[in-house]
Amino acid sequence: MPAFSCAFPGCRRDLLVIVLVVFVGIGLHIEASAPAYQSHGTEGSHLTNITNTKKAFPVLAVNYEHVRKPFEIALWILLALLMKLGFHLIPRLSAVVPESCLLIVVGLLVGGLIKVIGEEPPVLDSQLFFLCLLPPIILDAGYFLPIRPFTENVGTILVFAVIGTLWNAFFMGGLLYALCQIESVGLSGVDLLACLLFGSIVSAVDPVAVLAVFEEIHINELVHILVFGESLLNDAVTVVLYNLFEEFSKVGTVTVLDVFLGVVCFFVVSLGGVLVGAIYGFLAAFTSRFTSHTRVIEPLFVFLYSYMAYLSSEMFHLSGIMALIACGVVMRPYVEANISHKSYTTIKYFLKMWSSVSETLIFIFLGVSTVAGPHAWNWTFVITTVILCLVSRVLGVIGLTFIINKFRIVKLTKKDQFIVAYGGLRGAIAFSLGYLLSNSHQMRNLFLTAIITVIFFTVFVQGMTIRPLVELLAVKKKKESKPSINEEIHTEFLDHLLTGVEGVCGHYGHYHWKEKLNRFNKTYVKRWLIAGENFKEPELIAFYRKMELKQAIMMVESGQLPSVLPSTISMQNIQPRAIPRVSKKREEEIRRILRANLQNNKQKMRSRSYSRHTLFDADEEDNVSEVRLRKTKIEMERRMSHYLTVPANRESPRPGVRRVRFESDNQVFSADSFPTVHFEQPSPPSTPDAVSLEEEVPKRPRLKADIEGPRGNASDNRQGELDYQRLARCLSDPGPNKDKEDDDPFMSC
Amino acid sequence: MGALQSLSDEPEYRELSEKTGFSFEQIGILHKRFKQLSHNEDMLRRADLDTIPDLACNPIRTQIIEAFFDKRNFHQNGDGTVEEISFEEFLVVMSHFRPPALNMTEEQREKVRREKLRFLFNMHDTDNDGTITLEEYRHVVEELLSRSGALEKETAKGIADAAMLEVASISMGHMVRLLFYNIL
Repeated sequence: MPAFSCAFPGCRRDLLVIVLVVFVGIGLHIEASAPAYQSHGTEGSHLTNITNTKKAFPVLAVNYEHVRKPFEIALWILLALLMKLGFHLIPRLSAVVPESCLLIVVGLLVGGLIKVIGEEPPVLDSQLFFLCLLPPIILDAGYFLPIRPFTENVGTILVFAVIGTLWNAFFMGGLLYALCQIESVGLSGVDLLACLLFGSIVSAVDPVAVLAVFEEIHINELVHILVFGESLLNDAVTVVLYNLFEEFSKVGTVTVLDVFLGVVCFFVVSLGGVLVGAIYGFLAAFTSRFTSHTRVIEPLFVFLYSYMAYLSSEMFHLSGIMALIACGVVMRPYVEANISHKSYTTIKYFLKMWSSVSETLIFIFLGVSTVAGPHAWNWTFVITTVILCLVSRVLGVIGLTFIINKFRIVKLTKKDQFIVAYGGLRGAIAFSLGYLLSNSHQMRNLFLTAIITVIFFTVFVQGMTIRPLVELLAVKKKKESKPSINEEIHTEFLDHLLTGVEGVCGHYGHYHWKEKLNRFNKTYVKRWLIAGENFKEPELIAFYRKMELKQAIMMVESGQLPSVLPSTISMQNIQPRAIPRVSKKREEEIRRILRANLQNNKQKMRSRSYSRHTLFDADEEDNVSEVRLRKTKIEMERRMSHYLTVPANRESPRPGVRRVRFESDNQVFSADSFPTVHFEQPSPPSTPDAVSLEEEVPKRPRLKADIEGPRGNASDNRQGELDYQRLARCLSDPGPNKDKEDDDPFMSC
Repeated sequence: MGALQSLSDEPEYRELSEKTGFSFEQIGILHKRFKQLSHNEDMLRRADLDTIPDLACNPIRTQIIEAFFDKRNFHQNGDGTVEEISFEEFLVVMSHFRPPALNMTEEQREKVRREKLRFLFNMHDTDNDGTITLEEYRHVVEELLSRSGALEKETAKGIADAAMLEVASISMGHMVRLLFYNIL
């Protein structure tokens, strides 16, 4: 077995390499010989028109120029994805080396290959990068940004992003200028502004690289959001500094007025970007209110409005990244309340898909550009840059944390600081900004080389070693927890409690303003942006319904599959709780579909348009699976009893049909639409076997554990059972018995 | 007593500071607030806290106010509720919300954490019997949802049931203790 498994991925890898080479070869060969065909084609038709001689009808012709551009684009994307596929087939490699490194290496190889063939390798065009490759990644990050940790730490994040980046830029620029003044380096032509420009390009932490590396190490939420948030918010600073220094280095001198204008510019850029994003976000939310009849195009609204936000802000030289983040954050709660479940899934998967493709392409192109680009190597400059990057980052983080910790309740420990400092990776944004420098800068090539070296160093060395370091330092990891209704309840409870205590103290703190914002949101904003009557529902109920729906779906699916695993957790940045609100009619629909699935033993969820068929078939097939379901239910009940402390008086199994009624909402979760509830139809229990779980919903002051007699055969999947029995518990009224605890439960543990 | 803070309160403050861990400055500020709430009297009553406008729209205000008058939170191993509290007791209740100091040992941190959990537990356990029953939990959920307007008892019940169920499936008994440890 081990031999087989070793050989197999190896085979696949070789196959992929061969495929890759073939692809590239074909692509380039066609490219090279395309002009020849083209000229033949035009000549031929030209001649035909003039002389009218009969030519043989071309049965097969090649016209490459016609499809050239899309063909090449598609080829590159396909190459990128095949590489990604290849890596994940080799588990040993992907566990040690982060994907970004591998992709850069592939890029290097491909670039080298192209150069060997004699063609000019394509360079990462800045236009392409900023307008096509970057937005999907940022939108993905912004849309799924975990709001709570972000807003709790926004002060810290801003300090790191703004002040940290400024510190980095000036420290590096200044010291490099000092370096250039030294005669032996041979760079005395470099003036201060050019150095500062270089410093500002290379000082910003890159969101793409951070995402790529951090998503594989599963670090705790606090550090993750700090580094990630910083990488997103420092875009404003980078934009301002870059434009500022570029303008100045043309002019040559700086006055105090310019500096002042620069500061003003920073505020305009960042706040303007956020404003533009927020406006588009509200527009998107408002539009989504009316899409109940055209569900199919809902995802497009989300994508297009966000992209427009990005382009609009780029148009005004505002921070596009912040616009995109603001747009995603603002529109998400309202859009999710309005759109259908399918649209939500579409949005999620499309965003993940695009951002994944973009990221892959970026890293590959980075590798290719390294081979292609004009280089000017200067040992001292480059090595100093790399060292200074590290040093300034570490100093910046330590210094800022010292100040920040005075204002934080949850202090940042040394370990946190280390990871924040070490996780400051540079990436493709720095490269593109460097590439954007006009050729008039005589140091352009040197800068580019230095930037690429820094990027390589951070991505390879820091990216590869961060995982073992995290293990070594035993940094707290992210807890993979499933969405828990207890957490929701207690989070809300604590929020209110802390707001209340702030009120008692007379202190207008964090919670006070948050509460005010929530109330404003509820009374005014939601009314306009959420369709129908949904806006009145409190979040707790919405969350509860989402969970039930999710459990129902999981139950149905797991009923068919032997092993179900929440594989969605492995996808990056997925919020386990981010299941959308579903309108009541839709929930009805979904329940009907679930029931149909259950009965027809199919695993796919049918789309809305097919549900009419299943409705008619449903009734007939009720009885068939009924008995089977009952048996599994009984078995589950038995298992359930192990979890609960059972009182001495066990209830004897009651015969007769009892009705399962859904607890929460009588209108929506009406008995018939739920898969289990076809029991409600009067079907006489033929044998004691057919004891069902249905029961009336009594108003009992105390709850008893209902125990059915141990019956039925063991069903094959426990996971489904567990979920199912949880659901069954939700449906039927019984609950745990009143627990008599030890005298002092807290102190005894 | 006048509204001015006089240094003659020093020895009292020192004792309070040691007991609760607040700094002198913090005690001073809280004392001012206490006087403001109690209209310059020595003892604070429930009615005084009721009049705070910020608490008006808080769904769990009754529980918060009760927490201040709950003897179990006074660290004196008492039980039951009182009608009015002095400044010292006010401070003791407030001290539950202090963050742990940076230089605490792991053991001390555990102790602080447990105290906070105890406070929360007492807030849920309204009938002072040392356990949280499903009824009490349901009451909590109802309170939380009471601001929504359209409250259905079924919903609250369903949610509370599901919550208890979750805890039951995570732990086998000793529900309440683990309930809190799971989330905090």
